[in-house]
Amino acid sequence: MIEATALTKRYGPKTAVEDLSFTVRPGVVTGFLGPNGAGKSTTMRMLLGLDTPTSGRALVNGKSYADHPAPLHEVGAMLEARAIHTGRSAFNHLLALAATTGIPRSRVEEVIELVGLGDVARKRAGSFSLGMGQRLGIASALLGDPATVILDEPVNGLDPEGILWIRNLLKSLAAEGRTIFVSSHLMSEMALTAEHLIIVGRGRLIADTSVAEFTRQASSDTVRVRTPDAGLLRAQLSGPDVTVTSAESGVLNVTGLDSEQIGRIAAEHGVVLYELTPQHASLEEAFMELTRDAVEYQAAVPAAETAVAEGTAV
Amino acid sequence: MSTLPTTAVVVPRGRVTQVRVLTSEWIKLRTLRSTYITLLVAIVAMIGFGMLICWATESHWATMPPPEKAHFEAASRSLAGYRIAQLAVGVLGVMVVTGEYSTGMIRATLSAVPRRLPVLWAKAAVFAVVTVVLMAIASVVAFSAGQAVLSAQHIQVSLTAPGVTRIVLGTALYLTVVGLLGVGLGAVVRSTPGGIASVFGVLLVLPALAEALPSSWADHVNQYLPSNAGESLLTLHTEAHQLTPWTGFLVFALYAVAALVAGAVVLKRRDA
Repeated sequence: MIEATALTKRYGPKTAVEDLSFTVRPGVVTGFLGPNGAGKSTTMRMLLGLDTPTSGRALVNGKSYADHPAPLHEVGAMLEARAIHTGRSAFNHLLALAATTGIPRSRVEEVIELVGLGDVARKRAGSFSLGMGQRLGIASALLGDPATVILDEPVNGLDPEGILWIRNLLKSLAAEGRTIFVSSHLMSEMALTAEHLIIVGRGRLIADTSVAEFTRQASSDTVRVRTPDAGLLRAQLSGPDVTVTSAESGVLNVTGLDSEQIGRIAAEHGVVLYELTPQHASLEEAFMELTRDAVEYQAAVPAAETAVAEGTAV
Repeated sequence: MSTLPTTAVVVPRGRVTQVRVLTSEWIKLRTLRSTYITLLVAIVAMIGFGMLICWATESHWATMPPPEKAHFEAASRSLAGYRIAQLAVGVLGVMVVTGEYSTGMIRATLSAVPRRLPVLWAKAAVFAVVTVVLMAIASVVAFSAGQAVLSAQHIQVSLTAPGVTRIVLGTALYLTVVGLLGVGLGAVVRSTPGGIASVFGVLLVLPALAEALPSSWADHVNQYLPSNAGESLLTLHTEAHQLTPWTGFLVFALYAVAALVAGAVVLKRRDA
């Protein structure tokens, strides 16, 4: 269980996290989503007491992290895959961490096998690929058999097999009743792994919702209609929950009615249709739409394209 | 590769204690190549350089002018390698802390020990014990080897001569405090180059700067500078404007304590 209450972090004049409140519950994988620079890593560092919040507070399993007498057994975390001394072997790295709470050598060997690093455990961590570094980071997170697991961008740099492995690992950890909090900037990945989503942008909470709910909202579909009688059809389609936009002449984008309803209305009024196409917004598009205003570093889009993009309500 | 996270081993839910953090830091120190390299450099410098200087003295003894002979001190001559050894030990002291910042390891360390200060105390303690033991051995070997070289001219001294044991073991203490100064300053600046520059700035540059002071000031100030104070322990006969051996060493140790306290404050207060 993780509870953040009005968490705020400022670095000088820059606000990294602002008034962020959320709860992460046990038993499910909770995705922590946001564009780069949204404050995800800062929030996770505050959960672990590495950064002190400017105001607000973060509790993990009912206490602030530093107040746990045996933190590795409460919370396992991987903040960056590279939180490892490059000159030390994976085995010795884990052994040194394990020693702080008296975790036995046999558990160190067990987590090494669990993450599939058995063959390279005695090599210097500096020689590890990004994917191996991620696996070692996950091994250190699981070392103390913790009730809560916090992982920052665990799929970064993994090959497809590794991504599948993490996905299954996280789900089974959640099924064991643990609290799993995973950050990502990829909506598509979270849709496959997480059950709940906490979405942030520019350090603020944008959405706290289930994946199912988010998916349902995202697929509020638009129907593209091409007709020579756009004006007439537009008038007939209008209703309280219906939005009709037009980006080019002879083309209408209709939300609030499905293609069957539009086809029937057109037939009733003798309107000729050239095209009647349902447009599905992908989860990634829905996510980008949601966080558009909150993207820290945005690529400049030529003015003409922007106009068209705004016309076609997705 | 297993698909399910199995926990066949029952993981005992132990608390973080200072003793456990000491064990952890001991594992960290002995599993890095840089520890072995720096300590080996220090040992080789102590013994090798000591013997070299003794040999140079012994081979020129017959033609040496009397004032130079009068100034000669067999014990100190064989321990002269500490001036090089202190560079290696100081660098290791700094890197014990800053190596964790440069690699990001510090975030794993402080996640395991969120109260933070036990980490610094454990680092200082493990480093101090390892260094004092190894440097005491190196110092005794350097002394014995050096005296063996000097015995060709019958100008050697024995370990039991007045004050000799003090300067032989004092060399190990001096080097250990140099390293602890490094640990403390490393925790303050958090960067390896910055830490090394601070330690040797304090030890080597400060006395050089103080040379420029008018002598009426220098006579009073210089003896309290870190390296001058520490080196009084390594001097057989206390000179004018020099602290007595153990007072000097105490002053030197206080500088290291001050650096460690400053390091502790920074470690506790600043975001990792």
